[in-house]
Amino acid sequence: MLDLFYAPFAEFEFMQRALVGVIAIALGGGPVGVFLMLRRMSLTGDAMAHAILPGAAVGYLVAGLSLPAMTVGGLFAGVVVAVAAGLVSRFTSLKEDASLAAFYLLSLALGVTIVSLRGSNVDLLHVLFGTVLALDDNTLLLLASISTITVLALAVLYRPLVLECVDPIFLRSVSRAGTPTHLIFLGLVVMNLVGGFHALGTLLAVGMMMLPAASSRFWTSDITMMMLVSVLIGIVSGWSGLLLSFHAELPAGPAIILSAGAVYVVSLVLGREGGLLWLAWPGRHLEA
Amino acid sequence: MSAASAAIRFDEVTLGYGRRPAVHHLDGEIPAGALIAVVGPNGAGKSTLLKGIVGTLKPLEGHIRLKGSASGIAYLPQAAEIDRSFPLSVYDLVAMGLWSRSGLFGGIARRDRTRIEEALAAVGLTGFERRPISTLSGGQMQRALFARLLLQDAPVILLDEPFTAIDAKTTADLLDLVRRWHDESRTVVAVLHDLDMVKRTFPQTLLIAREPVAWGETPDVLQPENLLKARRMVEAYDPHADVCHRNVA
Repeated sequence: MLDLFYAPFAEFEFMQRALVGVIAIALGGGPVGVFLMLRRMSLTGDAMAHAILPGAAVGYLVAGLSLPAMTVGGLFAGVVVAVAAGLVSRFTSLKEDASLAAFYLLSLALGVTIVSLRGSNVDLLHVLFGTVLALDDNTLLLLASISTITVLALAVLYRPLVLECVDPIFLRSVSRAGTPTHLIFLGLVVMNLVGGFHALGTLLAVGMMMLPAASSRFWTSDITMMMLVSVLIGIVSGWSGLLLSFHAELPAGPAIILSAGAVYVVSLVLGREGGLLWLAWPGRHLEA
Repeated sequence: MSAASAAIRFDEVTLGYGRRPAVHHLDGEIPAGALIAVVGPNGAGKSTLLKGIVGTLKPLEGHIRLKGSASGIAYLPQAAEIDRSFPLSVYDLVAMGLWSRSGLFGGIARRDRTRIEEALAAVGLTGFERRPISTLSGGQMQRALFARLLLQDAPVILLDEPFTAIDAKTTADLLDLVRRWHDESRTVVAVLHDLDMVKRTFPQTLLIAREPVAWGETPDVLQPENLLKARRMVEAYDPHADVCHRNVA
């Protein structure tokens, strides 16, 4: 009975690779997702995930399903859209969410069109939903590098990142680190989305970022704990999603995100910090 | 007063938004160690003046000269601009005051921990260390921000309406800190509305209504004719205003 939970990983190499891949994604994506959420940029992450598509698609057009070409293309497109949306909202009366929505719809349509120019529907599915069960050495190396860089960069930027969320005016009055911090953070978001894109595709990559982050908010009100919980939820979702896909013969990417979604729903209901159950039955009030 | 002892010098400073002046042709200096209140009607440019001193707003014209660098200024803006929902403890919020020493990466040494505890004690927030900032009342939040100011240990302290919507007890406690800063020869500039408090505590006052109306010893500044003059300031700007040519040779 118990071997249901680990036998597939012991037996099949592609399952081991998939597990290593999702653990790497969870390690980087969890903390980045927490900061996106706290900076009220959850939908920015979503929009940027779509923005990666045309870049990756151009890479695909040039070199087929090649890891470096699609990575470089995706990074480039992600950065362009992040900067463009920022500029539009800064210099016109359009708010950032509206300009991001415009850019992401444009990117998604453009990306799907570009892939269709050359590829089959199988390739299109590959780009949109990823291939977590077919991660080769180079892709694993890329995912591991991205999560390493992310964790190191966040450790360095932690203080100005937190300060910029809580009290941007104070940060501006004591330091000029605010703008570079914001830009590097956007860079980390794009990097993690490109990593997630290889495993989970452009439509679901952001799921491993935002679902664990949103769930963690229901369990703790301490930001360090929130990042840890979020990483943990990401790993558990990846592991259980892979098992679900193996035993029930479901597509792996969606199964992982469904697992993360299930954790989110459970957290929403049971979470000790503002979960629905605790809101509905808070118990009698205290003395002080 | 010699230029060397001025903490902040204004040379014909005009501050504003777009081309509209909010502070118009301010000239003069705040001596080091002064305890000065900035008063005036709403929209008179008081907050704008502080933003200009701290450097987040560049003057449209003129210069603001500081004795030290801008990092020697501790600035408390109007409280509403802090994200209170952020999952941060009171301790961590207050510890940010050590920024100029710890910077981006530096750790917090044991000696600093003692200082943080002392600052919390000085504002009466001992025992609040682990509380999330979202659970603080308005007055407690202001106490925490004063503790952060204490840790910043700056020679110049700017306070923007620090006692608005704060109860009498908290105001009295925080006002004691302001007096303590004055005794320690720090320069304190506070935007205030309570003229009785200004008369009791602040030796010097700048009365401003876009244009500086009066500046000097508090009893001289807060004369009825000055206050009347300040109250007559026209808040709405004139859509057909001409270009200002004052001081243009």
